[in-house]
Formats: sequence, C-alpha cells, structure tokens
Amino acid sequence: MSAVFEQIFQVGFLAAIIRIATPLAFATLGEMFSERAGVLNLGIEGIMLLSAMAGFTAASLSGSLWLGVLVAVLVGALMGALHALFTVALGLSQHVCGIGVTLFSSGLAYFLYRLIFGQQSVPPSIDGFKPAPIPLLADIPVLGPAVFNQFTLVYLAIIAVPLAAFVLYRTPWGLSVRMVGENPRAADSAGVSVIDTRFQAVILGGALMGLAGAFLTMAQFNAFTFGVVSGRGWVAIALVVFGRWDPWRSAGAALLFAFVDALQLRMQASGLGHIPYEAFLMLPFIFTIVAMAVMSRNAVAPSALLKPFRREER
Amino acid sequence: MFRLEARTSTPAWFNLALPLVAIAVTLVLCSGLIAVAGAGVVEAYGVMLSASLGDSYAITETLVRAAPMIFTGLAVAIAFRAKFWNIGAEGQLLAGAVASCFVGTIPMPGYLAMLLMALVGAAAGALVALVPATLRVKFKVDDVVSSLLLNSVIYYALMALIEGPWKDTFSGYPISPPIEDSANLPVLIEGTRLHLGVVVALIAAPLCWFLIARTTLGFRIRVTGENPEAARYGGINVQRVLLSTALLSGALAGLAGVGEVGGVHFQVMSDISPGYGYSGIVVAMLARLNPLGVVPAAVFLAAVMTGAEAMSRATGVPAFLSDVIQGTALLAMLVALLFTAYRIRRVGAQT
Repeated sequence: MSAVFEQIFQVGFLAAIIRIATPLAFATLGEMFSERAGVLNLGIEGIMLLSAMAGFTAASLSGSLWLGVLVAVLVGALMGALHALFTVALGLSQHVCGIGVTLFSSGLAYFLYRLIFGQQSVPPSIDGFKPAPIPLLADIPVLGPAVFNQFTLVYLAIIAVPLAAFVLYRTPWGLSVRMVGENPRAADSAGVSVIDTRFQAVILGGALMGLAGAFLTMAQFNAFTFGVVSGRGWVAIALVVFGRWDPWRSAGAALLFAFVDALQLRMQASGLGHIPYEAFLMLPFIFTIVAMAVMSRNAVAPSALLKPFRREER
Repeated sequence: MFRLEARTSTPAWFNLALPLVAIAVTLVLCSGLIAVAGAGVVEAYGVMLSASLGDSYAITETLVRAAPMIFTGLAVAIAFRAKFWNIGAEGQLLAGAVASCFVGTIPMPGYLAMLLMALVGAAAGALVALVPATLRVKFKVDDVVSSLLLNSVIYYALMALIEGPWKDTFSGYPISPPIEDSANLPVLIEGTRLHLGVVVALIAAPLCWFLIARTTLGFRIRVTGENPEAARYGGINVQRVLLSTALLSGALAGLAGVGEVGGVHFQVMSDISPGYGYSGIVVAMLARLNPLGVVPAAVFLAAVMTGAEAMSRATGVPAFLSDVIQGTALLAMLVALLFTAYRIRRVGAQT
C-alpha cells in the first residue's frame, strides 16, 4: 500500500493528472454551457473526434500547431452550430440528433483521415506542443513542475474554468443562458431571444469540445488514431451531471476522474494491485448514475433541458 | 411567402415516402464525398449495390449483417413508442453477447444450448435495460443519460472479462473462449453464413408489430408514449408499462448479441459490435418506429455496410463512407419527420 502512496506523491503523477484532466475540462465546460442553455449535446463524442482529426490534419499539412488548434475550434463550433440548427431552430429531439451528429462526425472524421493520409502501418505523427514552463512559478517545489511546466493549452484550461464561471454567473449573457435553460418562456417575455442565446451557447460549447479534441491529437498523443477520443465525450456528459452543471464542480469532477485514471495507469504499469483497470474506468459512469438518483430529489438539472422552444406554442 | 402550419393528420403514404426521401437526400449529399475521393459517383454506388444485393451470396451476407440491427432497431422502436428513451441498446447487446457466450461454453446438447443462450442473453439485455427504467420510475432520473452511460459500464465489464478471467491463455489475445461447436446456430444455406438467428430476427419483426398494434400491452405502450396523462386517467399503470417496455426492449437488444455470438463470431471480443446499438436508433427512426419498417431499414444499412467494403476495394473511396451515410440518414430522417408535424403553406397576396 505504501508503494501506492509513494506513486501518488510523485511529481510525474501530479503532472499526469493535470494532463489527463485538460481535455476533459474543455469538453465538460463545453457540454455544460450547452446544457445550461437547455440543449443536451450527445454529439460531443463525434465533435471531439472530428475536431481532433481536423486540427491534426491542419497542423500536419501547414506545420503550424496553433493553426491546427484554430481549425479544431472552428470545426467544433461549426458542428455545434449544426446541432443547434437541428435542435434549436428546428426543435428536433435533442438526444436523437446528438446521436446523429456523433455518427455523422465520427464517420466523416474516419473517412477524411483515410482519404488524406491513406492506410499506413504506423499512423503519421506530428511534432506536438512542448511544455512551456512559466518562469518563477515552475520553480516551486512539487507544484511547480506538475502544474506550471505544462503545455500552453493546459494553462488555457486552468484559466477557462474561472472564466466560464465568471461568464455564466456574472455577465448578462451568462444570465440569459441560465434563463433560457431554466425558463425559456420567462426569458422570452423579458426580451431575451431564446433561439439566439441557445445557438450561441451550443456553438461556444462546440468550440470548447473542439479545443478538447485539439489537445488530444496535438499535445497528448501527437497523432490521430481511431480510438483517440475513446469515450471521453461520454465521460464529459457524466462529469457535467456529476458536477451539477457548475463550472467549478465540473472541473473538480474532471480532476477527480483524471486522478482515478492516472492511478489506474500507474497500477497497470507497475503491476500493483489485483483489481482490473477497467473497474476504475467504469467508476465515473457508475458514480454519475448513482449521483443522478440521489440528486434528482432536489432537481439541479436545468429545467428546460431536452425541451425545444417554440414561441407560438403555449 | 411561405409559412409553416401545424398538421392535424398525416397521410399514410408519408410512412413510405419520408424514409425514401431521407435516403435519397443522404445519397445525394454523400455523393459529394465520393467525388472528393476522386471516384465516379454512379460507379461507386453501383458497386455498393451489386456487392450487397447483386447476387444470392451477397444478399445472404447483407442479411447476416442486418440481423443484429433488426433486433436493436426493434428494441429502440418499441422503447421509443413508450417514450422510454433507450440509448443503451449497445450495452444491452454486449450484455446479451457475454451472457450467451458464457452459456455456450458449457457442454450440453446443441438445441438446449441454443435455447438457453437465447433465453439467458435476452434476460441479460433486459436486466441492463431495467436499470435506467427503474431509475426513471423510482427516482425520476433522466433515462437518456443513464442508459447512454450504462453502455460504457457494460463495455468495460466486457473488457475486464476478456482481459481477465476469459483471456485466451494460449494466444494471449483478449478474446473469450469459443462456444461449443454444437451450440453454433445452424447455417441454413450451405456455403453461406446465413444462420438461424437471421430467420429469428425476420420473424421477430412481425411479432413485435403484432404486439404493438394488436395486443393490450402494445396499446398501453402506445398510449403511455403518446399521452401519459390520459393513460393514467384511463387506469393504465404507466410505471409498470415503462418497466415492461424496458424489459422487452432490452431483451430484443440482448438477442442481437446472442445472434452475433451464436451465428457469426462464436466468441466474444472487444469489437463484437461495431455500434449496432447506435445503428438501431437510425433503423428505428427510418422505420418511423414501426416494427415492420425495421426490416427494410436494417437491410438498407446492412447493404450500405457490406457494399462500402467492396466499393472501397474497387474505387479506393474509404469504406468509412458507410458511417457517414448512417449519420446523415438519421439527421435527414429527423428533418423529414418535420413534415409529419408541419406543412408548408403558401401564403399568397389574396389572404
């Protein structure tokens, strides 16, 4: 057991947690914005995959990683807009559309990747982002190398959490988002455009999912493989619920999941423990399902989630 | 000027026309990708068609591919009829596959083994589907998210099994031990893979239609889905109907797994289902939740899948086109369904 604790308090382990949490934090914040506005986006898994592919391709063809990130974000936003077109503008059922967007985006990602790169025995890779230590802060013992000697995208994720909380709770737009997610009828009466606000929130959400995808192929793995997202989108869906639709709690949930995941990877590598690693991977899903059963009594989900808004229908 | 107007009734020919229009739109949209890949659109679709439905062997291959999607399509169609949002057919299929594989490895007379595999597989799928339904009925937990998340739980449980106790000690591959030869579903036509499970799937569809359209339970399922308030007022125990629907839906999805283990793979591996559970949603929507429509819808998707591989070999267009077609068909169908709720009216100057 002490061997496990030694593993936990290694700098490398802490750094791994932060790295694993970063794409989850982006994806979770993205899904959270969408759901706070009342739109469940089950397209997340496919949107992350397509963005990861598009970003990787752009970076690999142009040689510019930041151009890759930009392309991934734009593709994410575009797919967000597509989901919003179906669910907000046309008012179609959110869960079925989400599955449709995921099927479509993942299919398109595989198709275009195979078309551009062909079938190769070793998947092509790029020279991904390098850690960019922050002067002074990186010299703090333990915390410095773990947190402040990371990729720039990691810092962006760390900033994104308080920023998302600020936007959601302290800006007029954030108030509109919460209103259209809780009571669209009242928001409409108060002069807030439900359709526009939802569109914006789902597009912003898609852009954040795109960032998550960009991190996977340009910082974490430096290559695109067909399993590059492997359920991280579904994890984000779980984390949003587990984090009670709040940016801070959702980010905390992402860190907690990353801790379990990193622990699992360590135990697998060191041959410690007799618990199958899949048991750890299952945990966030089981926890979330249990948490939903416990939470539903005080109903914290946005009230208008899954409900399309049509102005003329009362 | 044009205006959207709510429809009070839908003409019957819409049931056939809408999916056909959705599929036509899908094929037109996806022809863009074929052109981008530098192949002839007509040629590519031609290869797809002849390789999937062009001769009797191709037809049997397509039917083998369609069988699991008929089951998951029925599972989704029946669940959605009651507005039980079962997104978990994938996990229920995997549970059915694991459970039936477990039974299949036990030596016993062949027919007994097949029967038990079907029963245990269906029961496993039903149990998995019961979880989100119970959570919804007892705790008001949203069934969309809980059934979706269960897919991941079941998937990792399957992985733990095939990488743990079930792992092939001889080869070291993460695959389950094979089921007994006597438990293999019999092949119906010599020289093909057309197995008994395909026929069971084809029979299941009209049975499900009968259940939904002509029985008391079917009536309750429909009323619960269309108007739960009226159902309650009419003395229907809505909660019980939802639980029954979940059992039925899960059992059907579980049978998809049984067919894959008993008739196609004879063991369980990590990629036993290439997303047949999610394809079930596409099938059910194309079928407009009508069990009879599930068969042609599943055959269409299966034809696209088998045809895409041949098309890829012949023209170089990546076979992943079939995945794009699936996603596009679902989205196109959803948009097409708008025409059942609304109609476009021309608002002229005279009004």
